[in-house]
Amino acid sequence: MRHPSSLIVMRGLASPRNRKDFTRMFTHRQRARNACLFALLLSLPLAAGADKLVIPANAPPAFQAECGACHLAFPPTLLDARGWRAVMGRLDRHYGDNASLDEPARRAIEDFLVRHAGGDKVRAPVSANGEPPRLTASPWFKRKHHEVPDKDWQDAKVKSPANCGACHTCAAEGSYREREIIMPNGRPWEEEDDDN
Amino acid sequence: MIAVNPEYAELFPDHEGDKMRTSPILLTILMTASVQAATPTDLMKGYAAEASRQQAGFTPAAKRGADLYQRNFGISAKMPSCTSCHGDDPTQGGRHSVTTKAIKPLAPAANPERFTDRAKADKWFGRNCKEVLGRDCTAAEKADFIAFLTGGR
Repeated sequence: MRHPSSLIVMRGLASPRNRKDFTRMFTHRQRARNACLFALLLSLPLAAGADKLVIPANAPPAFQAECGACHLAFPPTLLDARGWRAVMGRLDRHYGDNASLDEPARRAIEDFLVRHAGGDKVRAPVSANGEPPRLTASPWFKRKHHEVPDKDWQDAKVKSPANCGACHTCAAEGSYREREIIMPNGRPWEEEDDDN
Repeated sequence: MIAVNPEYAELFPDHEGDKMRTSPILLTILMTASVQAATPTDLMKGYAAEASRQQAGFTPAAKRGADLYQRNFGISAKMPSCTSCHGDDPTQGGRHSVTTKAIKPLAPAANPERFTDRAKADKWFGRNCKEVLGRDCTAAEKADFIAFLTGGR
């Protein structure tokens, strides 16, 4: 896989003869990522309000460094305060991984998450096996994703519903617009039929 | 001040408008600005010095480090060995076996940031050794590990 940053350069340097050539040079996913990075480069707002789930600016440095080391540093609004406390209280058993932190970092991250936590809509149930609640099990998350077929969740490129960036190509930049969604089959998301 | 789409408004109980927007660019600058004084060799020597206090005449061995890197410990189902996430070749990037997040190469030759910060190395050894080996790594193992990743230099 080519590194996305090299693609930006390619986009500028390559001069395809016609539009069709250009389209063939990139997959939908690469084009979507390019658009993200390009917008970021120009500091264009990726999304204004709607579909924007950015990390509050007062996040402690440990937040990106620690949470973001293994997965997307999730926006704190995606889980309620009780949920975040449960997650941060059992980092040694972090969904099958050991994510232990030193106490000052753990405390700083927990305080930040709790301060910016979401409300009841993102209250996720505690799993039967004693795992902390998963933000992907909240009523809000489920409602937002109810149209996604099982086969997409199970796709090897997705692996976990918490892998936001698998489909939301600008997730790392805090943008979750529908037009940025590229499904595991490499095609943009298209609503099948409007059932709500 | 930005308007929040009503669909998302429920997620922003204390919405503060544009003040909430963080700049990833600024964040990157802040993160790369941290001081990195040590070299992988410094870290290896530090661990080796600790190891020699328990084991007189200890010298780091790349071969033992390679074995550690490749061994299947069979403790964790999803992360039975270092290679589960870091890949067979430490000069290439890896992928987290649970989240699929890309992991930069472990070998300093391919990623000069590696093993330049003792606290960071301690943290990741602490976390990953418990996960993969089911126990803390010894200072000797850490020195061997770095010896392997730096090509024994």
